[in-house]
Amino acid sequence: MASTDTAPGQLHVTDSRLQISGDWTLEHYAVLRQQVRSHHSASSAGDEAVDLSGLAGLDTAGARLLVELLGAERMANVSQWAADLPQARQALLETVARVLRKSLEPTRPRRAPLADWLVDIGERVTALWHQQRMLLGFIGLTLTTLLACLLRPWRWRVTALVAHIHQTGLNAVPIVALLTFLVGAVVAFLGATVLRDFGATIFTVNLVAFAFLREFGVLLAAILLAGRTASAFTAQIGAMKANEEIDAIRAIGLDPMELLVLPRLLAMMVILPILTFIGMLCGILGGALVCIFMLDISATQFLAILQRDIPLNHFLVGLGKAPIFAFLIGVIGCLEGFKVSGSAQSVGEHTTSSVVQSIFMVILLDAVAALFFMEMGW
Amino acid sequence: MTDAGVKAGAEAEAESEVLIRVRGLANRFGSHVVHEDLDLDIRHGEILGVVGGSGTGKSVLLRSIVGLKRPDAGSVEVFGEDLTALPPSRRSELERRFGVLFQRGALFSSLDLQENVALPLLEHAGLTRGDAEDLARMKLALAGLPPDAALKMPSELSGGMIKRAALARALALDPEVLFLDEPTAGLDPIGAADFDRLIMTLRDALGLSVFLVTHDLDTLYTACDRVAVLSQRRVLVADRLAVVEASDDAWVRDYFHGPRGRAAAGAAGAAEPITPTTSRENT
Repeated sequence: MASTDTAPGQLHVTDSRLQISGDWTLEHYAVLRQQVRSHHSASSAGDEAVDLSGLAGLDTAGARLLVELLGAERMANVSQWAADLPQARQALLETVARVLRKSLEPTRPRRAPLADWLVDIGERVTALWHQQRMLLGFIGLTLTTLLACLLRPWRWRVTALVAHIHQTGLNAVPIVALLTFLVGAVVAFLGATVLRDFGATIFTVNLVAFAFLREFGVLLAAILLAGRTASAFTAQIGAMKANEEIDAIRAIGLDPMELLVLPRLLAMMVILPILTFIGMLCGILGGALVCIFMLDISATQFLAILQRDIPLNHFLVGLGKAPIFAFLIGVIGCLEGFKVSGSAQSVGEHTTSSVVQSIFMVILLDAVAALFFMEMGW
Repeated sequence: MTDAGVKAGAEAEAESEVLIRVRGLANRFGSHVVHEDLDLDIRHGEILGVVGGSGTGKSVLLRSIVGLKRPDAGSVEVFGEDLTALPPSRRSELERRFGVLFQRGALFSSLDLQENVALPLLEHAGLTRGDAEDLARMKLALAGLPPDAALKMPSELSGGMIKRAALARALALDPEVLFLDEPTAGLDPIGAADFDRLIMTLRDALGLSVFLVTHDLDTLYTACDRVAVLSQRRVLVADRLAVVEASDDAWVRDYFHGPRGRAAAGAAGAAEPITPTTSRENT
């Protein structure tokens, strides 16, 4: 009974007799341990007579200290030398002593710090290598499943596809529209400020249109989808993995690639071009509003410049990247989900990793594509 | 066997001290009534087995007693105080005297085992980290885990080891009442028998009272002093196994005198003759 007012345990040495009294409980652990340690350092002999009759409260923490004080061997047969102790107390002391006979110190692997550091670097490098191999393998698997599925229309999961288009696409429209609108306005402001010095504010129109058709529309939509949807894919599939649902799908004789990955991936590839288009429109709209209200360029003039100066191929270049980005984001999101291993922490780690990876991949690929298109003169 | 002697002794003194008194408990989920006018006592030093069909609210009863679910009516009196009427601070003080082992262990997956067990010690007992981990390792050893398990993460463990580690955490603050929710579910028979024995040993050594929700007939026959049967929204009967077995309720009859009940009773009877059930087994 852990009553509120108790006397902490005491250790007294009288005529080479060790008297133990008071409460030996968790509440007084620090005080008691101090006493036990100082007793140990004061006397070396461990075979003095012991009087346990004054013992009031005792729990496992107190028992642990008493065992430390008197030694596990001696405590293990406490019933022989302290027969007047209540039976329950004897049982407690003996149980604790029996446990403490062996050393409970777990063996910790020890390494030199330098070697540790090198091992860490090595592990990271191989992990990166494995990750890329796995990603390529997963892409291959997805493509073969996709091809196999395309030829068998009765195995298309139309309901799942539509549901995912709804979740990942339709629900993302407002945020994509708002974000690109704001960025469009910012780009226009930026252009106006820089171009004013050259008396060329009219070129703000070209700047906004070029930026959104070629790069910003698709990039912003892709980054938003990477944050919004890749994480959702990872968490969904990861939770299913942790709950053994993936194994259940396999055991029923179905293919998780076909059931889970393809609908998500196709939904992404349908929806990202649409979101990109919406992003382009809203970005240009944002720029147009700044032009109209701040730069005194009329709406008709804005449209006329668009029509005269911006050929169709910029739009196609921007839109053409969307399905590729969508594929990458979807594949990374799903693959990270499959890599989840059981625990809640693992779901969190892989969700983070899927967002970081997909954003990184999108930007990297966009940079490569920009270089390529420039060299090609498209 | 010595267990029989301990059991008899425990029963004799048990009549006097009731630790937890549940009276008129009612629990509802929407229109679904789980408990109604349910009474139950948990006595000092006993292992009380709680059985009942799936969906009869065994886990809900456990959650109501430890304060995880607020009952819709009735009182839960713990160590002489009504848990539902207490201010939160006093409540948490009382709840510290409970140890709970959840059905799937509920170990914190981001901490290793010794940190899992040390957490309540650090938070409530104000120990230093070194002391807390030292005690945690002892608790893990008491629960029958090898020393090297202390640094393992929960995800690296088998089902039996998770149960043992969760038991060690439940024991961290030296609780007076231990609540176990299906501790042997999912363990192999050897592991389950070990776990039964472990609980009995700890009960005797630490003077615990144990509230044991179980489906395991072997556990009922080997470990439990009293058995409470949940049925028809209340505790149908709570008494020694011999009395419960003799009850003429249809569910109880099917439960204890079905093929599995007979087998478990036969095994327990062969080891230690506690219940004269042979005459009733043909029903």
